[in-house]
Amino acid sequence: MSRLRQQILILHLAVSSLEGKTIAWAFFDGAALADQPQMQSGDTETPPYGSVLDAMRDGWNVIQLPPLPVYVSGHEHESGHLPYEYVLERKVDLDSLSN
Amino acid sequence: MIAYQTDIEKPKTDPGVDKKYLLTAKQMATFVTNGFLMVENIVPDELNEAAYRDQRELNIPGFRFWTDTDSIRAVFDQPQVKGIIQGLVGINPVYDHSFMHVVKAKHLKAQNWHADSILDLRPLAFDIQAFYFSHDAPREMGPTLILPGSHLRKANTESIGRYKNIVGQRQLEARAGTIVFMHHGMWHCAQPNYTDQTRYVFKLRLRPGQEQRGLFNLDGYKDPEVTQIIDKGYREWQGNEARIEHNMRARLWRYVTGDDSVDVSFERSLTRMGVIEV
Repeated sequence: MSRLRQQILILHLAVSSLEGKTIAWAFFDGAALADQPQMQSGDTETPPYGSVLDAMRDGWNVIQLPPLPVYVSGHEHESGHLPYEYVLERKVDLDSLSN
Repeated sequence: MIAYQTDIEKPKTDPGVDKKYLLTAKQMATFVTNGFLMVENIVPDELNEAAYRDQRELNIPGFRFWTDTDSIRAVFDQPQVKGIIQGLVGINPVYDHSFMHVVKAKHLKAQNWHADSILDLRPLAFDIQAFYFSHDAPREMGPTLILPGSHLRKANTESIGRYKNIVGQRQLEARAGTIVFMHHGMWHCAQPNYTDQTRYVFKLRLRPGQEQRGLFNLDGYKDPEVTQIIDKGYREWQGNEARIEHNMRARLWRYVTGDDSVDVSFERSLTRMGVIEV
């Protein structure tokens, strides 16, 4: 079985540009054991990267660019989920983590 | 097309509170902008002590705390509490849900972000939830984390559960005797309790018993110090949607003031675009 595990970083930006400022972040670590803690709501005040581009420079691969919002007539002044959601991944080797 | 009842008229047997206790225009503008109003020292010590004693000593299921204890009723019978509730949801609100939440000592798991209940179908009307703190709840005790200004954004229960941290998130650290009155749409989540003390918070949901137009003390609602609360209510996390959020606040302001021509929108665009409320 492969010893590579996926880590997912979700960055929400203020605007659609990958250079936009990070306004929300989440991290899901496939290399962590089931009984090890994952990122929890409210556990950090500062984003790990200021933008998606900053994360790319640090080796993260973008695997999702959000489609731009569609503004439906009659509902233009409504909002919901954070729209500019970028999903990034990197693979880590369990052997290198344990060394 | 979904039909919904917007104003449930009930017999107004209660004359309401004296005007001096009624929610003010500044308080309402704050609520419309932030989605919550935190009122400290609204409950006196003796009532806090009685409620805290009941929370610790009576073995009452959370959903029956409201019906089975006099101490919690006394908290919400105070005129200053009733005056805020009246300003938000009227004289005859429906007390349709309550729960006494308990987070045990050293419970280190945070809740996922969520909005309570279910996605609301009403365009402007809203329920409120009162969070009552009978004891001090410092940050390390895990009081609720909220995202100020998120109350008007549509999220269905835990559809926001994969979010973890958001710029501007705020924990409701509170002293005993505080009540936070919250718009039902607020994004929030309970936090870990790192202390060796159990944390209690009593949550009461109230549904309006009448249309929520002009229920608060309208004195000064057009004053600059009131409208600027809405004009300057921008949040960094709102990003590119911040102007839309501004106009959503402005529409809600028209509704709660009962003044369909008042305009506190971005660049007063509701007037420019000739938006009328129907």
